[in-house]
Amino acid sequence: MPYKWDFNTVLQFWDLFAWGLWLTFAYTLGSIVVGVVIGMVICFGRLSRFRFISGLSRAYQEVFRCTPLLVQLMWFYYALPLLIGVTIENYVAAMLTLSLYAGSFYSEIFRGGILSIDKGQTEAAKAIAMSDRQVMWRIIIPQAFKRVLPSFINQSVIQFKNTSLISVISVGELAYMAAVVNGQTYRPLEAFTIVALLYFVVLFPMTQAADYVEHRMRVSD
Amino acid sequence: MHSTDAKPILTVRGLKKSYNKLQVIKGVDLDLHRGEVLAIIGPSGSGKSTLIRCLNLLEVPTAGEIAYNGRRVENRFQSRGGNIGCGELRRHVGMVFQHFNLFPHKTVMQNICEGPIAVLKEPRSEVEARAMELLGKVGLLDKRDAYPNHLSGGQKQRVAIARALAMRPDVLLLDEVTSALDPELVGEVLQVIRLLAHDGMTMAIVTHEMAFAADVADRVAFIDGGVIAELGTADTVIRNPASERLQAFLSRFNA
Repeated sequence: MPYKWDFNTVLQFWDLFAWGLWLTFAYTLGSIVVGVVIGMVICFGRLSRFRFISGLSRAYQEVFRCTPLLVQLMWFYYALPLLIGVTIENYVAAMLTLSLYAGSFYSEIFRGGILSIDKGQTEAAKAIAMSDRQVMWRIIIPQAFKRVLPSFINQSVIQFKNTSLISVISVGELAYMAAVVNGQTYRPLEAFTIVALLYFVVLFPMTQAADYVEHRMRVSD
Repeated sequence: MHSTDAKPILTVRGLKKSYNKLQVIKGVDLDLHRGEVLAIIGPSGSGKSTLIRCLNLLEVPTAGEIAYNGRRVENRFQSRGGNIGCGELRRHVGMVFQHFNLFPHKTVMQNICEGPIAVLKEPRSEVEARAMELLGKVGLLDKRDAYPNHLSGGQKQRVAIARALAMRPDVLLLDEVTSALDPELVGEVLQVIRLLAHDGMTMAIVTHEMAFAADVADRVAFIDGGVIAELGTADTVIRNPASERLQAFLSRFNA
């Protein structure tokens, strides 16, 4: 017997999908903004000539890049409170973990961008008497920015999808709502298909934008 | 033309530079006088570039002293006491590189104005007027709004010279500025340098263009194995070389 699709039952709960989508956007944008700040701090930390600072930054990067985000989420939500004796709300744990995770990847993207700029650029800037700070902000970073934009967008697309993991600590974002609607309607095929489509509809234009940016930069260089 | 009795603008004493165990400069004494053009010649790997890069502290010497206008050069950015730091030194001692190193994200005009505006904090209108003058001098007025990647090598190098000149330096260091150019583009760059020499710009020029060196330089230093092997007027060093090493080196250019 062929499966009889019934989207109407599921779409009664459109407000849950809408709210979930909104939260997904909120967590994504929030963790990207905080992640970029963390990423820049850690990036400069790694480039520091002080061994202690670069070592610490490196350790941070490796811890967050080499453990699964899912494990990090559960650790910050279930384990950290035992250590510090204070309960952490699920939305705080979610935001914190997503940002720290994003920061570790962004820092490496930024660092790669800065290191990819030819040494001659630094020398030319120094030769016109710029300070190290001026060299970095006026000459290196503007060039690195262009170069890392595609990887940055790519990582942000991943970040958008990664927010689905915070459903395991009961944050009501899009994937969580799919599970809720499924529980109400016993229609997993429709519920999860709709959610998958929603993710796709948001992200497909973004990956296209990344390709476009990358292509345009190649032309102007 | 310089007068030897005046105090040199740059003095180098006992300069040494090593990379790990490899000693590249093995003790160099050198004076550069105001208005003088000094050509530095020598085989690849002899330390010419390293020497000239020590003069604005892009390379930090391992030993020895450099003085600018009698002030000791110190390896820190800010000047302190009577000594001069690399920040101040580089305002007076400009440099042009073999590979141009123009800022690709800035137009020709912005490349030239960057130093005076960002570093010297001079008013934009003044700087831009001066930049236009310099562009006229290097023959690139029509390229003011072009990006470096749309220029030929010779044009890039002329912009790089204008960028260095925009800082109104007292000394210009030129590090093999024609070595990366197609042969037919070398002339236009040398012509600009000739013009500068004619205007009395103090220059130290690392070059493989022997005819040019003989023509434009007041003095020529032959570097070999990290030391100055011969130093004198272009006539003595290039036209009447004393040592066999120098004769052998020069013979390769007369083919």
